[in-house]
Amino acid sequence: MKVVLRTPDREERELKGPLRVAELLKRLNVVPEGVIVARDGELLTLDDEVGDQDTVEVISAVSGGRR
Amino acid sequence: MKCRVCGRKAAVEVRRQGQAFCPEHYLEWFEHQVERAIRRHRMLRKSDRVLVAVSGGKDSIALWEVLRRLGYATTGLHLQLGIGGYSQRALEATRRYAGERGLPLIVVDLREAYRLSIPELAELTRRRTCSVCGLTKRYVINRVAVEEGFDAVATGHNLDDEASVLLGNVLHWQTDALVRQGPVLPAKEKLAKRVKPLYLLTEREILAYTLLRRLPYQHEECPFSVGAKSLLYKEALNRIEAQSPGTKQAFLEQYLKRIEPVLQAGLPAGEVALKACERCGYPTTGEVCAFCKTWDQAYRWARKKRILPGESVFAPEPALRFAPERPN
Ligand code: SF4
Ligand SMILES: [Zn+2]
Ligand SMILES: [Zn+2]
Repeated sequence: MKVVLRTPDREERELKGPLRVAELLKRLNVVPEGVIVARDGELLTLDDEVGDQDTVEVISAVSGGRR
Repeated sequence: MKCRVCGRKAAVEVRRQGQAFCPEHYLEWFEHQVERAIRRHRMLRKSDRVLVAVSGGKDSIALWEVLRRLGYATTGLHLQLGIGGYSQRALEATRRYAGERGLPLIVVDLREAYRLSIPELAELTRRRTCSVCGLTKRYVINRVAVEEGFDAVATGHNLDDEASVLLGNVLHWQTDALVRQGPVLPAKEKLAKRVKPLYLLTEREILAYTLLRRLPYQHEECPFSVGAKSLLYKEALNRIEAQSPGTKQAFLEQYLKRIEPVLQAGLPAGEVALKACERCGYPTTGEVCAFCKTWDQAYRWARKKRILPGESVFAPEPALRFAPERPN
């Protein structure tokens, strides 16, 4: 599957599916608390499964600096 | 995972509360959380005119949307900091949101109001960009709120912001900063009330809200935020949170409830008296406020370096009126 990371710069990865979202984040070494995972605009939870044909987005929620 | 309200497939899990929601019930839950925080701390009254500080990022845009939906009379305030393409795209996202909803938006361009951008200000004063940026934003936001008669300023600070600031203050035992944390800062003479309605929602929850409501927002980060200490603290807290859900919330809430009052009571001077700045008349603890000092210094160097003409004198009164743009 194609994984598009927006953390926040765009980066693409290829991973073999099917995978649970929790496992996918582990393989990417991403802390789940800091991101939202989406497939075609649908938000996924950690127990959802994504397949080989899917394009998955991992969007960072952490914003930086002082405000 | 199933929605705890309707049993349909869940889209967002709120692990710190052991709950999950479908899109519809997540939006409901989120807005209810904000409403509750506002009520619990008496942040706003229904009749208040609220100035929303909008950077264009997810937090401030989500905040504006929720306040609008809750029926508050809101006006957005966006500061153009002059940080290259980043600032331009921030303004675009903000204008797009305000335009789509037909909401009034005040844009203050620092170069128009005070003739220098934030990067210029930092370079001329040889101070850290975030430090001069922070003090300028606080000053201008307050000035607009006071001059235009708003009842309160609302900012998009979230649980991660507040918990990471707390962690930083605790790690360095910054007692004077510690006693100033909280979701409501009351109004004083020439100091507008400041409220943080999102202070108990995590960044992740706010992002989920922004995506589900399909709000336009700027995802890109300010180039000066790279390597900020706050990011390190947030990351550390998120690692703990992943193993032990609810930690961030407990850390902040228990501090505000149990520790801050004790600290406040135990600190010697208690509250420092505020005086009017000799230059601008806005509150400060010294003779001249930090804003006037910093900008005055920048003007001196700008004259020497001929960035500004030799006769330029810094004036705290901005060179423009703070008026909302016409929604098009
Ligand atoms: S990261 Fe620093 S320079 Fe950038 S907007 Fe925030 S405070 Fe200003
Ligand atoms: Zn539901
Ligand atoms: Zn002043």
